[in-house]
Formats: sequence, C-alpha cells, structure tokens
Amino acid sequence: MVPATDPGGGVVTAATAAGTASTHGARRWVVLGVAAVVWASAYQLNLRWWNWVIYSAVGLRRGTRVADSVHFFFFDVTKIALLLTGVIFVVTVLRSFMSVERTRALLGGRREGVGNVLAAGLGVVTPFCSCSAVPAFIGFVAAGVPLGVTLSFLIASPLVNEVAIVLLFGLFGWKVTAMYVAGGVVIAIVAGSFLGRLRLERWVEPFVFETRLRGKVVDPSSGLSWDDRLAMGREEVVSILRKIWPYLLVGIGLGAVLHGWVPANWFAEHASSSWWGVPLAVVIGVPLYSNAAGVLPLVEVLHAKGVPMGTVLAFMMSVVALSTPELILLRRVLKPQLIATYFGVVAAGILATGYVFNLIT
Amino acid sequence: MDIKILGSGCAKCQTLESLTRDGIAELGLDAAFEHVTDPAEIASWGVMSTPALVIDDEVVLSGRVPSATEVRELLADR
Repeated sequence: MVPATDPGGGVVTAATAAGTASTHGARRWVVLGVAAVVWASAYQLNLRWWNWVIYSAVGLRRGTRVADSVHFFFFDVTKIALLLTGVIFVVTVLRSFMSVERTRALLGGRREGVGNVLAAGLGVVTPFCSCSAVPAFIGFVAAGVPLGVTLSFLIASPLVNEVAIVLLFGLFGWKVTAMYVAGGVVIAIVAGSFLGRLRLERWVEPFVFETRLRGKVVDPSSGLSWDDRLAMGREEVVSILRKIWPYLLVGIGLGAVLHGWVPANWFAEHASSSWWGVPLAVVIGVPLYSNAAGVLPLVEVLHAKGVPMGTVLAFMMSVVALSTPELILLRRVLKPQLIATYFGVVAAGILATGYVFNLIT
Repeated sequence: MDIKILGSGCAKCQTLESLTRDGIAELGLDAAFEHVTDPAEIASWGVMSTPALVIDDEVVLSGRVPSATEVRELLADR
C-alpha cells in the first residue's frame, strides 16, 4: 500500500529530503485512513450484500436449509476475515512496542504474587510465538524470574490471544469476550501461583539453571519506524490468514451445516445441562489440535443450538491452551512430572472456569 | 565472516535464513553459515524471540524478519 522507494532517486538536497519525508508521512496516514473507511463500510454492508447475492441474485429461497446454510457460510467467512484483518493489524502495530525482552525486564526481581499478576497481564499483550516458548522459558528462569511467574506468562500467552479475542467479540459481543479474557487471566495467575508454591524446580531440567546468558540483548521492539511497524502489521495479517484459512473454512463449513440441520436447542434438550458437559468439553478439546479460528465458528453454532456458554468456552480454552506440540517443545526444559502437573493444574482451572461461567450466564 | 541463524525451525526462521544467504551472495561475501535450532544454545545467546541473526558472535537482530535491504545493511556493516 505504502510505496517504499523514493522514485526521485539521484541527488537529493537536505531540504527536499525533509519535504518528501513529511509528505510521505502524511500520505501513510491518509492511506491508513482510507483503508479504515473501506474496512468499516465492508463490515457494515456484509449482511445486506450476502442477502442480496444469495436470496436475490442466485435466487435461493430464504428459510430453506440449503439457502440458510449457504448464506451463513458466506456471511460468516466474510465477517470473520474482515474482523481478523482489521484487528490483527491494529494489535500487531500496538504490540510492536512490546517484546518478550521488555516483559522479562519488567518481571525481573518481582516476588511471586505480584509477579504472577503482572506476568499474566503481560502474557496477553506481549507478542509471542509458541515456537519461542523454550528459549523464552530458559531466558526467564536463567535471568531469575521465579518458575511460577514464568509459567503464568506461558499459560496466559496462548490462552488469551488476539485471534480468540477478535472472534469472540465478533461472534458473541463484548460481554462474553470480557468473561473469556478475565477467565483466562485468572487461570494463568492462579495456576502459576499454585505451581510456584509447589516448589517444582527439581522437575526443571538442570541445564536451564546453569545456562549463562552471554551477548547483549537485542530488543525487537526498539528502533522501529512507523513504516516498519505498519509493515509488520500487514505481514502479520497475511501470515496469520495464510496459516489459519483452512481451519477457518472447515470450521465455518461445519458450523454452516450444523446451523442448517441441527434443530435449535437440540443440545439443551439432549445433553448439555448435565454436570458432565464441562469435563466432556475439556476431554474432547485437549487432543484437538486446532486454533481459535478453527474452533470458534463451531463454538458459535454449538452455543446457538443450546450448549451453555461455560461449556463452550471451556472447550475453546482447552483447545488453545493445552496443545500437544507445545507440550512436546516444553519437554526439552521440563521433566515429565512437571509437564503432567502443569497440564493437570491448567485443565482444572479450565474446568472450574467452565462451571463458574455456566452458573453466571 | 561467521553467521548464525537462531531459530526453532519456524517459517519465519527459514525466511531469515534465505534472506541472509541471498544477501551474502549479492555482496559477494565469504561466510560460514550455521542454523542453530537447539533451544538451550539459542537461549544462551540471550535471545528469547526467534528468529535471530548472529554475525561474528554478536546478536544483531532478534524477533522479526527484516527486509532484504536491512539484511544487506547489517551484513555490509561488518
């Protein structure tokens, strides 16, 4: 969108260089403003557009199963793609001011308790890829951040991620989103504090404590221009969409079928009001390796068909927070006993959260 | 010149490696290349966000994929 090269080239005097820099700066914000307006209009017109396409242009009859499923599919794909694009862009640009390195500096020297709260909060806002979980774990522990505080960070980070927040907000509104975020942060604080109390350092691979940090720390969040940050936002949108689109299409496709064919309140009548709804959701959710984008369209339909909110959110939390690949990575630094305990404590937290949400909604 | 890519094998780490290889070829530099995937060694460099680029035992970049121009500048600086 923003041209990166100066077409003038050649010799540029200081005055014209300053001039092009400021017009370039102004232009960057104009482009961004236009993009925001286009985005908002597309979001507003989405429903009317697909109403017109499916029911008028293609001529499927409104109210039939096929028509409604097809309409649901296209409407939802467009809505979620727009939400993801807009919010991932904004979140990535904002997050480019934060980094794991900065988080560690903020956590260094904190006691447990305050440290756990701060770590869970920072886990939400720090840009973090689970592929860096192991170096980050070693970096935290070797720098003296307590084990429980480090675990609070590692739990919060995947559990309360921006994709989940965007989708929850788009599908269920701000109340459910706030509940989810609060629930996730509380799980991270409580589970991290609890694991810290157990004094499980003996179950951390000894080399972690022996690691000497050499070299200077390069903070990825510093020294970036606005153009760099905006470019990071664009690249992140492309890379996340490229990664999750198959999950999204399958999830929304399944959702669309359920939407058309399963009667409303079917689950409420048949199963889910019983006590075992939440544990069942966790047991199904843990081995599922998907991400928020794949799970949420399903979650939306399950809830529409009568599965209670707490059960549905527990399902989603267990899919995103406890993933087998991440646990396999963590095995490099944690002994199996600690992994099992970590797993159990987080699962218990999710169960409790599911029951609480079922009670209050 | 001694170049290390610190990365856990993620897509971004592969991108950084190919960008760096391209940069070296373009500048006609002579470099020993190593892709470090061992998390303990990555951490010992003080790096917590992969991918990271180490040139002659100094971490020059971490946590993001730079542009081709930036990589060339980093390499030319040495």
